[in-house]
Amino acid sequence: MVDLTNLKAPDAGAAVRPVSGAHIEVRNVSHWFELPGGALQVIDDLDLSIMPGEFVALLGPSGCGKSTLLRLVAGLEPATAGSLLQNGQPITEPDPSRIVVFQDPTLFPWRTVWDNVALGLQARGLLKAQRHRVDEALRLVGLATFAGAFPHQLSGGMAQRVALARALVNDPSLLVLDEPLGKLDSLTRLSMQTELVELWQRSGFSALLVTHDVEEALFMAQRVVVFSERPARIRQVLVNDLPYPRHRGHPRLAELRHEALALLGLDASW
Amino acid sequence: MTTAENILSPGASAPAAQATPPRRSFAFSGPASAAAPSAHAARPAYAIWWGGLAAALAWLALGLLTALWPNKPAGFSDWAYTAEFAWLAFGAGTVLLALGLMPALTAPVSSRVRVAGPWLVALAGGLGAWEILTAKLGALPPPFFAPPQSLIEVYVSDWIRLAESTGNSLQLLLNGVVLGALAGFLVGVLIGWSRRASYWIHPVLRVLGPLSTTALLPISFYFFPSSWSTAVFLIALGTGFPVAILTWSGVASVNRNFYDVARTMGASPWFLVLRVAIPAALPQVFVGLFMGLGHAFATLVVAEMLGVKSGLGWYLTWAQGWASYPNMYGALLLMALLFSGIITLLFLVRDRVLSWQKGTVKW
Repeated sequence: MVDLTNLKAPDAGAAVRPVSGAHIEVRNVSHWFELPGGALQVIDDLDLSIMPGEFVALLGPSGCGKSTLLRLVAGLEPATAGSLLQNGQPITEPDPSRIVVFQDPTLFPWRTVWDNVALGLQARGLLKAQRHRVDEALRLVGLATFAGAFPHQLSGGMAQRVALARALVNDPSLLVLDEPLGKLDSLTRLSMQTELVELWQRSGFSALLVTHDVEEALFMAQRVVVFSERPARIRQVLVNDLPYPRHRGHPRLAELRHEALALLGLDASW
Repeated sequence: MTTAENILSPGASAPAAQATPPRRSFAFSGPASAAAPSAHAARPAYAIWWGGLAAALAWLALGLLTALWPNKPAGFSDWAYTAEFAWLAFGAGTVLLALGLMPALTAPVSSRVRVAGPWLVALAGGLGAWEILTAKLGALPPPFFAPPQSLIEVYVSDWIRLAESTGNSLQLLLNGVVLGALAGFLVGVLIGWSRRASYWIHPVLRVLGPLSTTALLPISFYFFPSSWSTAVFLIALGTGFPVAILTWSGVASVNRNFYDVARTMGASPWFLVLRVAIPAALPQVFVGLFMGLGHAFATLVVAEMLGVKSGLGWYLTWAQGWASYPNMYGALLLMALLFSGIITLLFLVRDRVLSWQKGTVKW
């Protein structure tokens, strides 16, 4: 068992920009699902911390409990055992400071792009005073001209950008990304990986990314936490201290990728 | 150059076609295509409307048939308004003739009626057959089957009573449907949202919902102060049941992730109901309203026939009592137009409210 609470986050990039990111601590968290056949353990005594402004990726086989961990961090479900803290305060319910971007864009089909992005501000009664922030968020993801479009008129990549704008408009201190690029075509995927990293660098939030794309995790994150099969335990933490902007052909990335694939038992084809 | 054109003019190879375009030999493209400079030119905008001319012929024939073929004596004075019916047919024929022959002058109108061409022919044919079987041959027994011109007589002589009946039916319907739709919607949202409400209301709906409202009619007359309020209650019940069931199913089947997204952004429970659950359920609510209107129409007619002393349902039984069958046909036609109009209105509202959807059914 690797204890990560004392593991210092690499401060590449963090020093050059204002840090407003959340400090997340996951302490001894275990989680079970109640199923008709009995309880199923999905997370086993997990310790993990995300330093303010850090980009952490969770990598693991599908169904290993990564997405469950995200739901716990977001406060959508309480953990069965253990505690989760944000800046020292326990996480008990969803909060606009921790926004989740799901694999599906989950845009509301009856709202225009603009109204979708405005969702968070409207829900908290801030929309009247801060309408300009919706326009800014749309500009940030390059979709200002699509403000009046309905979701069914957008491509997959555009819809996911709207979902991103809808998250960013809330000025989150932690952005939780649940395989946000999983359903996009590979070209859109590559360009959005770069865009996401740029957004993160500019805004200074902490980011927690779940993915099962090894290259994506290593290209984007500063630390990649490799999980075991269910119930999720930490198998290894890979630290990638390459500076941003990164280059996909860098030999260090290939090295880390080999290491990650070996940890997942997939290095036979290397 | 398309395959069809190659088959039609096999001698013309592609380069030759560019120099001297082959003449199209399609009959329906009209005389204008001969003047078109290229085989790829668009269809002329103002062609003669042949369908309109066919319809004009059909209506003129209907007029001639009505005017020239004497009615068969039916043991009482001749059918009134036979000449007027013939003139109406002539009038329709003349208008169609103008639309067909002068498409450029009447372009804004004719472009809209163009699709109706085949239907206009069929309508004239149907009226002609009806006229022949009733007034001209007497093949259908006279008191029960009236010719088309008798409808004119009904509307001219009894329009006041018919208008009053229509107004009363509409008022009754409106009260019942609005109350029922509101109640059904609220109940549907409640049981879709709250587990406890579902526990108590669901079994009641399950037992009482499928019960036909007309079966409750005799007993309800005792519980309400007037037959009018009974009818409102039963129409509301008939509308409310499908609206409640479909609203409930709509709210219950909302994508769970929609709630998660809204909750992480700080949405209150009220926001989740009003801004997430209800908009997501609206397509289903409109299906419920459509079904509810069907129940409401049935309940309305039966209630007016059995207890309420006004409205189109009452008019039907009243006309039957006097054995004035033409009046029944007149009332039935009015009823069909009224109900169809209401459904059309519902679909118009739906298309507007759900404009974000694509590929919805057209009424």
